[in-house]
Amino acid sequence: MSEIKQIKLTIDGQQISVPAGTTIMAAAHTIGIHIPRLCYHPDLSLQGSCRVCIVDVKDMGQYMASCSSAVWDGMEVQTNSPAIRQARRDIIELLLDNHPMDCQTCERDGRCELQNLAYSHGVRERLFEGERKRFAIEDSSRSVVRDSEKCVLCGRCVRVCAEVQGVYNLSQQGRGFHTVVTPAHGANMDDSVCIQCGQCVNVCPTAAFLEKNYTEEVWRALGDPKKHVVVQTAPSIRAAIGEGFGFEPGTPCTGKMVTALRKLGFDAVFDTDLGADLTIVEESNEFLGRLKKNERLPMFTSCSPGWVNFLEKFYPELIPHASSCRSPMMMLSVLIKTYYAEKMNIAPEDIFVAAVMPCTAKKFEIRRGEHYMTPEIPWTDAVLTTREAIWMIKNYGIDFATLEDEQFDAPLGIATGAGDIFGTTGGVMEATLRTAAEKLTGKATEKLEFTEVRAVGGLREATIKIGEKELHVAVANGLENAKRLLDQVSRKEKHFDIIEVMACPGGCIGGGGQPYPKGHFHVLDPDLLKLRAKALYTIDQSKSLRRSHENPAIMELYRTFLGEVGGEKAHELLHTTYRPQLPRGVK
Amino acid sequence: MSHTDQPCCTDNWPQIKAKSEAALPRAIVEYIEQCRAKEHAESQLISVLHKLQGTVGYIGKEQIDAVAQLLGVPAAKVSGVATFYHFFSLEERGKFLISVCLGTACYVKGAQQVLEKFKEELGIESGETTKDGMFSLQVSRCLGTCGLAPVVMINEEVHAKVAPDNVAALLKMCQDKA
Repeated sequence: MSEIKQIKLTIDGQQISVPAGTTIMAAAHTIGIHIPRLCYHPDLSLQGSCRVCIVDVKDMGQYMASCSSAVWDGMEVQTNSPAIRQARRDIIELLLDNHPMDCQTCERDGRCELQNLAYSHGVRERLFEGERKRFAIEDSSRSVVRDSEKCVLCGRCVRVCAEVQGVYNLSQQGRGFHTVVTPAHGANMDDSVCIQCGQCVNVCPTAAFLEKNYTEEVWRALGDPKKHVVVQTAPSIRAAIGEGFGFEPGTPCTGKMVTALRKLGFDAVFDTDLGADLTIVEESNEFLGRLKKNERLPMFTSCSPGWVNFLEKFYPELIPHASSCRSPMMMLSVLIKTYYAEKMNIAPEDIFVAAVMPCTAKKFEIRRGEHYMTPEIPWTDAVLTTREAIWMIKNYGIDFATLEDEQFDAPLGIATGAGDIFGTTGGVMEATLRTAAEKLTGKATEKLEFTEVRAVGGLREATIKIGEKELHVAVANGLENAKRLLDQVSRKEKHFDIIEVMACPGGCIGGGGQPYPKGHFHVLDPDLLKLRAKALYTIDQSKSLRRSHENPAIMELYRTFLGEVGGEKAHELLHTTYRPQLPRGVK
Repeated sequence: MSHTDQPCCTDNWPQIKAKSEAALPRAIVEYIEQCRAKEHAESQLISVLHKLQGTVGYIGKEQIDAVAQLLGVPAAKVSGVATFYHFFSLEERGKFLISVCLGTACYVKGAQQVLEKFKEELGIESGETTKDGMFSLQVSRCLGTCGLAPVVMINEEVHAKVAPDNVAALLKMCQDKA
């Protein structure tokens, strides 16, 4: 291996040596200097457009963007001086000049990178008064709201959409002062190839992208004495909700979350994990059926609604491969309005089902025609993101950190560890294998943890030996990674038996509705995702029941209500259909 | 529809392809096919749009979507490129495109008055098209023929040393051609 050349340079008078190719920004980081930045994101391509990260390089005659300039031998860099600070402040002031002055009423108030930059650079008044761009808010979408007046044209949304998700729905349209980030033709989000994953919301430094807010609908239901209001929480919420209340990332907060939701006034708090266990039982049955007949393999998991949208828009030809199972959230909602309604003797129309999800695409999913009980009654009434749930708890005045731990409600609150790990990449696959291994061999298996399918790097392939049978499995998160697998499937280059796809990086723990990172973590930070995933694996390990089919609540459900696994009633209630959606995406 | 009624063929590419081809002139479809036969077809995007504008006169939404599908470039990118360059027109233009150069040399030689005269004669603003679809008026920057200033281009033809008094004659000439 050829050795990478070391470059010697000086930063702020300190001599350092870094490998060739290192940027000034990265070199400064090695000696503890954090150069301010806005458009830069470590996991996305370089844009170098905001100029906030400028530094003075001796003899260059002009400031250089430190994010996109590589170091050279003998370089002398000054990251701070009165002149540089003034120049940075001017740049930030110019960005602010073209920005609405509504910080106090803005959703990102206190968590806005532009606001933070203005504060840390001492912008205390606005000196440049000029023309301001004017755009209407685009809130026709069911999940993502676009407010172009707040856009600073950093291009992070464009890059995450194209580079991480492989969707490329956004680009800068027009030029100069009139430039605006939109889908093709300035179309509304729901009329575009948008898959509703919400990563644009996550990476946006301001509030130019936000999830559609449904807290008002939920407050209204909670205040309606005629409504029986039920909430369910996705597996990944317990791993991330604590971050909104000052807990270290990766702190499991299941009990406090349940208590807080109960205090908000929900009549029952159920666990989407039970829906996950049910999904596994149905899905592994479906998988073993296909395996036996050797048809429609590989089977694709179908829990992630962003992924389902992607499949329908970008790879419609592969739709038959998708598992027909509804997502865990939908399965649980169906049970709430049928099984639970019957048990409690409440009419389904009097039940309001709210779901706390890590996901913006879930907001879209519940309004799909397939997910309605009758044309008037949706199975799920409202989806809240983790962020919205945190906000509601704070708004109510609940002191989350001091809450006692409480348990989910019966009968839809018991879940195995297999359900918990659904919230992280590889979790659905591992849960499927835990159940499928026993069904395939017909006897209890010792192996419980399938660590070889945990796709921390975004893509993982493995061959799993179960009895005499070898299963070829693959796991992807981030749809650009999924594309690589799907292209291999399309071209019949490689045989897989089952593929798990989660739309967001890291799976649901990195979903478009998860808390904005705090402290030294950045959005999409692999270290942050690892901590959240660890929380789920810790919960899984702490449980005595870790295989979905061993869940006593599930067994009871089949015995008294659903009938046979994969039977007629189970199919009618727990399965769904997919069809190509337009506009078709360009792969 | 129950889950067992999955359509047997969910591939909509044949329909998308046919629709895209119908939205473009045959020559453009063939040109895109040539591009796709080589590596890095996506790098030919601007060239395709150039040819499209040359043939059709403008680049509409349908054409943007068609180019995206056939060339294999995301529609957001095609739309982004088409809206970025001043040269590309997103709306149907008149039979005669009048570009009045307002570059420095033309400007000091009185091009602004020439432009005003065109506006007056045609009853439209710069960037607009006459109702009969005959004329579109636009402003251009330096055309590189400063020695002939003020310069007006009508379609591919360059007209030198244009004065406001010549405007009516130029328009008449076009009408005679049409």
